[in-house]
Amino acid sequence: MDLKEKLISDYRLHESKLNGFARGKIYNIKLDAERYFELLGFPNRKQEDWRFTNVNPIITNNYNYDLGAQPQISEEDLQNFLVPGLKANTIVFINGIYSDKHSKIITEKGKAYIGTIKDTQKSNKELIEKYFAGNADYKTDGFTALNTAYMNDGVFIHVSKNTEIKEPVLILNITDSSKGEIMYHPRVLLVAGESSKVSLIEIYESDGENFSFSNAVTEIYSENNSEVHYYKIQNECDKSYHVGTTQVRQERDSRFNSLTVSWGGSVIRNNLNASLQNKGADTIMKGLFIASGNQQIDNHTLVDHASPYCHSNELYKGIMDENSNGVFNGKIMVRKDAQKTNAYQMNKNIILSKSALVNSKPQLEIFADDVKCSHGATTGQLDNEQLFYLKARGIGEKEGKKLLLYAFANEILEDIPIDDLKVYLEKKLSEKLEKNNSLK
Amino acid sequence: MLSIKNLRASIHGKEILKGINLEVKAGEVHAIMGPNGSGKSTLASVLAGKEGYDVTSGEVIYKGKNLFDYSPEDRAREGIFLAFQYPVEIPGVSTTNFLKTAINEKRKYLGQQPLSSVDFLKMLKAKAKFVELDTEMTSRAVNVGFSGGEKKRNEIFQLAMMNPDLSILDETDSGLDIDALRIVAEGVNKLKTKDNAFVIITHYQRLLNYIVPDYVHVLSDGQIVTSGGKELALKLEELGYDWVEDLADAK
Repeated sequence: MDLKEKLISDYRLHESKLNGFARGKIYNIKLDAERYFELLGFPNRKQEDWRFTNVNPIITNNYNYDLGAQPQISEEDLQNFLVPGLKANTIVFINGIYSDKHSKIITEKGKAYIGTIKDTQKSNKELIEKYFAGNADYKTDGFTALNTAYMNDGVFIHVSKNTEIKEPVLILNITDSSKGEIMYHPRVLLVAGESSKVSLIEIYESDGENFSFSNAVTEIYSENNSEVHYYKIQNECDKSYHVGTTQVRQERDSRFNSLTVSWGGSVIRNNLNASLQNKGADTIMKGLFIASGNQQIDNHTLVDHASPYCHSNELYKGIMDENSNGVFNGKIMVRKDAQKTNAYQMNKNIILSKSALVNSKPQLEIFADDVKCSHGATTGQLDNEQLFYLKARGIGEKEGKKLLLYAFANEILEDIPIDDLKVYLEKKLSEKLEKNNSLK
Repeated sequence: MLSIKNLRASIHGKEILKGINLEVKAGEVHAIMGPNGSGKSTLASVLAGKEGYDVTSGEVIYKGKNLFDYSPEDRAREGIFLAFQYPVEIPGVSTTNFLKTAINEKRKYLGQQPLSSVDFLKMLKAKAKFVELDTEMTSRAVNVGFSGGEKKRNEIFQLAMMNPDLSILDETDSGLDIDALRIVAEGVNKLKTKDNAFVIITHYQRLLNYIVPDYVHVLSDGQIVTSGGKELALKLEELGYDWVEDLADAK
C-alpha cells in the first residue's frame, strides 16, 4: 500500500482519532479536506508546479503518524535550537505535539491572544472558526489538503487592533525521528488586526537518524494597515523532508515582510503566496538557500496583485554545491484592475560545482496596462577577478571563497530588524560556509 | 631584492614580454615607463601571478627564491604588493574586514599570532591617518562606489597596512587629478624605507615629479630599451614616445 492509500484508509478507519477535533466547523473542514486529498493525491512531475522537484523520495517512506507519547528533549538540547538572547513568546512542538513544559508566553494577554489551536478551539471557538482554512486552499493542493485533514494541533495568534507586539512569536518545530520514521503536520494561523504589528518566527530543527516529513501550512491575515514580519528558518538534517505552504492575505495598506532561510533538509519545498487584496499593500519576500550534497531546495513564490497601487519586491539568493538542486519559481500576477502596480523580482545564484543545478523561473502574468514590473535572474560562479584581488593580498582560495560567499549571502540578512535573530543567522551562515565541502 | 632575467611571457599565444631584464635592490625606487601596449601591465600581472599568462622563458628571483614557485597569495604573504590599475569592486566585503583577513593570513603564513581586533583597529586608524584617508571609507565595501581617485588612494592605504617589501604600482596615476596624485605620491614617499623597494609603472611623467625615482626604465614592445636616472623621464616628456620607438628600432 503506498503512502496515499495508507493515509486514506487509516483516516476512514480512525477518523475521529485522526481528525482530533470535536464536531463542529473545523471538524467538518478537516473531513472535507480529506476528501480533497483523496481526489488530488500527491503531485508529480507532470504538473508544472512540481516539474523540477521530485516528490517520490518524500512519499515512499513508511512514516509513523500516530500520535504517541510526547517525545522528550533535554533543556540543553532545546537551548541549542533557540535564538540566543532573544526574548520571545516561545512555543515548542515535538513531532507536531505541543510541549507545554518548554513553551512560554510573555506578551500581556490584552495585547494578543497566543495559544494552541486545540486550546483556542475550546476557549475562543468563534474567533478561530472565522479564519481557519479561509486562506490556504485545500481544494487545489494535495499537501495542503493532507495537512488540513491530518493536522493535530498548531498555533493561533490574534493581535488586537492598534497593538504592536514587541516580543516576536517563535514557533520551534522539532522533528524527532530517533524512534523511527515520522510524519507530522504543523499548522499556524496568524491574524494581525487592523494597524497592528507583529513578528512571527518559525524554526525547524531535527534530531534522530530516520527519515521524517513535516508538511506545514501557515495562514496569515494581515488586516488594514497592519505590519507582519515573517521568518522561516530551516535547520533540519539530510533525512528530513519538508513541504510548507504559507498563505498570506493582505488588506489595505498592510505590510508583509518575509525572510526564508533554507539550509537544512533533504528535500524542501516552500510555497509562499501573498494575495494583495486592497490598495497600498506592500510585500517584501527575501530568501536565502544554501545546498550541498544531494539536497533539493525549492522555493515557489506567488505575489497576486489583485488590487491597484500595491508594491512588491522579491530577492532570493542561492548557493548550490556538489550535487544539489535548487529551484526558484517566482510568479507575479497583476490582475486587470491592478493599475499602478510596482512589482520587482530578482533571483541570484552561485554555483560551486559542476554537478550543482539551479532552475530559475520567473512567471509574470500581467493583465493591467499601467504597471512597472521587472524580473531578473543571474546564475554563475564566483568572480575570478575578485578572487584574484583577494589572492594578491594574501587571501588564499579557500578563505577568499568563504569571504565572497558570506558577502553574497549576507545581503539577505543585513536588514533584519531583530538584532538577536540577525546575529544568530549570521553565525549560522558562517558555520554553514565553514562546513561546505568545496571550501575544505 | 628582485632580479628579472630574460623574462618572456605571452598571453593566448601572443608574446608580450620579449626578454625583460631588471635588477631592483632594497631601498630603491624604479620607474617603468612606456607607450600603450608596451607590456607594462603584463609585467605587473606576471609578477603578481595572474592567471592566463604563460611564462615561456627567463626567471624571476625574489629575495633569493624562484618567484614562479609561489602561488599569488604566497607571493603576497612573502611581501609583494601589487597596486592594481583597475581595482575591482567587492560588494558586501568591507575594507576593514578584507584587510583584517589579509593581514592575519600573512601572519599565519609567517608563524605569527593573529592581530586582535583592538590591535588591528589601532593599526588601521594610525595608517589611515598616515596616508590621509578618512576612516569612514574603511567601513564601506571594497571599492564599491569609489571614484577612480578614491580607488587608487584605497590601494595606497592597503599598501600601508600590508607593509610589503616590494611594491609594484601599476599605473597608479591613471585617472587621478593633481590633488589625488599628490596624496598618492606623499603616501608612497612616506612609506619608502631603506629596506623596501618600489616599482612604479606609469605612462605619464608627472607622477615622477612627486615620487622621485632612482632609476627610470623605458619599456617598448616588450623590452626595456633604455634605462637611466630621473632625467630620462624628463627627456621622455620632452621628446615623447616616438623617440623611444626610434631607439627600439635602432636596436
